[in-house]
Amino acid sequence: METFIQQILNGLVLGSMYALIALGYTMVYGVLNLINFAHGDVLMIGAMVGLSILRLLDSTFPGLPGGVQLAIAIVGAIPVTMLVNVLIERIAYRRLRNAPRLAPLITAIGVSILLKTFAMMIWGRSPLPFPQLLSSEPIMIGGAVISQTQVLLLVLATVAMFALAMLVEKTRIGRAMRAVAENPRVAGLMGVDSNRVIVATFAIGAALAAVAGVMWGANYASIQFETGTVPGMKAFCAAVLGGIGNIYGAMIGGIVLGIIESLGAGYIGDLTGGFLGSHYQDIFAFVVLILVLTVRPSGIMGERVADRA
Amino acid sequence: MAFLTFDTAHKPRQSYASMAVLLAAMLVFPFVAAQFGNSWVRIIDMALLYIMLALGLNIVVGFAGLLDLGYIAFFAVGAYLTGLLASPQFAALLESVISYHPALQDAIVATFGEDVRTNGIHLSVWAIVPLAGLVAALFGALLGAPTLKLRGDYLAIVTLGFGEIIRIFMNNLNDPINFTNGPQGINLIDPIRIFGVSLAGEAGSKATVFIGGFGMPSVNAYYFLFLLLCIATIFMTSRLQHSRLGRAWVAIREDEIAAKAMGINTRNVKLLAFSMGASFGGVAGAMFAAFQGFVSPESFSLTESISVLAMVVLGGIGHIPGVVLGGVLLAALPEVLRHVVEPAQQALFGKVLIEAEVLRQLLYGLALVLIMLNRPAGLWPSPIKEDRPVAATDKDEKEEGAVA
Amino acid sequence: MNELILNISGVNKRFGGLQALTEVGIRIAPGQIYGLIGPNGAGKTTFFNVITGLYQPDKGKSGGTFELDGKPYSPSAPHAVAKAGIARTFQNIRLFGEMTALENVMVGRHVRTHQGVFGAIFRHAAARREEAAIRARAQELLDFVGIGQFGNRTARYLSYGDQRRLEIARALATEPKLLALDEPAAGMNATEKLALRELLVKIRQAGVTILLIEHDVKLMMGLCDRISVLEYGKLIAEGQPAEIQKNQAVIEAYLGGAH
Repeated sequence: METFIQQILNGLVLGSMYALIALGYTMVYGVLNLINFAHGDVLMIGAMVGLSILRLLDSTFPGLPGGVQLAIAIVGAIPVTMLVNVLIERIAYRRLRNAPRLAPLITAIGVSILLKTFAMMIWGRSPLPFPQLLSSEPIMIGGAVISQTQVLLLVLATVAMFALAMLVEKTRIGRAMRAVAENPRVAGLMGVDSNRVIVATFAIGAALAAVAGVMWGANYASIQFETGTVPGMKAFCAAVLGGIGNIYGAMIGGIVLGIIESLGAGYIGDLTGGFLGSHYQDIFAFVVLILVLTVRPSGIMGERVADRA
Repeated sequence: MAFLTFDTAHKPRQSYASMAVLLAAMLVFPFVAAQFGNSWVRIIDMALLYIMLALGLNIVVGFAGLLDLGYIAFFAVGAYLTGLLASPQFAALLESVISYHPALQDAIVATFGEDVRTNGIHLSVWAIVPLAGLVAALFGALLGAPTLKLRGDYLAIVTLGFGEIIRIFMNNLNDPINFTNGPQGINLIDPIRIFGVSLAGEAGSKATVFIGGFGMPSVNAYYFLFLLLCIATIFMTSRLQHSRLGRAWVAIREDEIAAKAMGINTRNVKLLAFSMGASFGGVAGAMFAAFQGFVSPESFSLTESISVLAMVVLGGIGHIPGVVLGGVLLAALPEVLRHVVEPAQQALFGKVLIEAEVLRQLLYGLALVLIMLNRPAGLWPSPIKEDRPVAATDKDEKEEGAVA
Repeated sequence: MNELILNISGVNKRFGGLQALTEVGIRIAPGQIYGLIGPNGAGKTTFFNVITGLYQPDKGKSGGTFELDGKPYSPSAPHAVAKAGIARTFQNIRLFGEMTALENVMVGRHVRTHQGVFGAIFRHAAARREEAAIRARAQELLDFVGIGQFGNRTARYLSYGDQRRLEIARALATEPKLLALDEPAAGMNATEKLALRELLVKIRQAGVTILLIEHDVKLMMGLCDRISVLEYGKLIAEGQPAEIQKNQAVIEAYLGGAH
């Protein structure tokens, strides 16, 4: 039973990160019908920038409390990732809004490669250690262990998702986002500047990715130019699982996928009689994706995709 | 590129002349390149394999319009199948079967002979190649089947997922039964033997192959084999393109609903696209395994899938000469970079600012983005069909007048 | 009953909260030109889509009966419907834009031919014969509809009227028993409509029954042997053009009335 709780806890932690990343994918898909292939790499950029900020802090203001350092790192990483994502939209995607689906997808792949290469050039190819900022004393919950960093992650993720929900439901820009997500042409007729909304969408997604990136680094203690690729793909699977284009879907999908992966990795050995081991963890996200698309393509909460007739 | 044409239907003489010139150049090439060292020929050998891959992927992406981001999986299938059936690996597999299921092991030894226990299975190239093609085709249908109802981007991600799944399996299928030998990969794969002549050269001959008294380096021998296979691939895919099946593929790409309404069983036709495309990948994989002598999961990652896709897209989606061009450029490019750019930087700046590997990635990414933004049809797209009105001019009005 | 080329009854189709079709049926005799008219949104294209397999009819009372030339057919998949013998065109013209006009029509021959991978690669005698036959028939059809000289032109660049003709030629290539045309005259001027009318009569003479949706009432009255009228997913009238023109319900449907 203890293992079970541990797996669930691990799943929640993993799932929160997936949720944060999935939100970026789902919002962009909702307004543009485009998979921003490079989103995972935006996460990586956030982590890298955060690390650089931490190193800077360490040399100029040593002795700051860990939590404060993390906060500064996150706050510092956000504008950078926002800028990157907005630039990507402006340079690579905007011209291809009405092109056949193949073109923006390939451009996105190209952008992803570019981001990885820039990261390689700036931060090198080897994995970089992320400093231990919060106390490593574990917290016990019902026989399972959780670290302070992980608790912080859960808190941040919850706050971010709540803030996003408020933004989307209660503010003007949120209404505009929902309108553009449903029907960009009509939204335009109603006076909504869809370009600005799209830029805002990319920016918000990037901010969430920055939070996820820095916390990823803090949690796993090591980052590299390749760090964003696999979580990015899995987070997209999570977005589809929850219902693409649907913000609440991304949140739920992320958490659910995290738990599935965690439980799966823990129990797959038993389930397959020892034939498959926990190394196969990475395939769960894709298996889930294929199942969802085959059995219930609209996802858990139903998809919300723009009516781009 | 204007003097080179392959449009046999409309410009037969020029086409066949172009082909003849190219063929002559290709036949002479290895002997010329050998002056600069064997490594160049080896590079082109690999490039030829990648061109085969690109042509196979071109069926899926170019003809049928199905964006496959996991195509390298079929390359892996062909390569690992060869690794399993033309090396000592099968012996290792048997060993692992002992603990799992002894009766099974006895049955296998009874079928294949006691030798299997120590040496593994060593099928000849004549068996391996068709087998690789067939098994890959089967996988093509298997992996394509769940994607049939998906729209563009989802199709891409699912195929990507399959590519990753295959790679993860290759990396881990060594326990409890050792199929793939895990991350270490499979070694000591047999080189190709044709009519008793091993293309790797006999032991002690310093990798020289002797055909009737005439000797040439092993890489040259492989070069001619791969060139032959490449030409065969070009021939077959070209025939497929200009056939009832090829038209059905393009119809699905252009408008799937209309294609269905015209009686095309899109499910079967799409599966055929996946299978045919995959089979070329499988054969190329078998050649790769024999050529390199070993296979490991690293050669079959998402990066490779994207490289092959880049060759198709940058060269000219759906246009066979364009795809070949894309293959040549992108396969040769990394090596050219390595040999040229680093020394150049050394000379200019006194040190290497950007490593060749990094520069290659940079150019790849830039190429993909820039081409899609500016020349989405690729560097060498299908030539414009004749009789196409370039602008609404008197010419059209005169034609209209003549009809009405 | 065997004398009908198309015998459909009991079709229901609902989209979410909207009942698009209620117990709609149609009976067409061979060699007729049969019209389907009705105000916008009446469900005409939806009906087309159901009988050609693009939409699935609701289970309803019986799921509907579908008979083509006396034999039941299953409207479950568009390609099966085409194989059975119904070919259609689309309201918004769905050509294979990047293929030439000739190639478009050649695709239409797909369902009546069978060369596959082997024939494609080896081009043995039988395959070559079939390919030549496909090409010849396609050119014949292009000539038949009046665009024979545009065979080599990329379909995307044909004029609007020629594109409509091409779509018809492509549909005819499938050797249909019934040709279903969805608003073939949309966007045409008077001259073009006259030419279209002549073409449809020519097609009928060649032995193909025609079912068409159209908005141009005048064209329909002069062309069709019988007409069905749909409104809000229900059949409100059926009969010869003269009767339809005088039908009170039809007049109200088009001009508005007590609703």
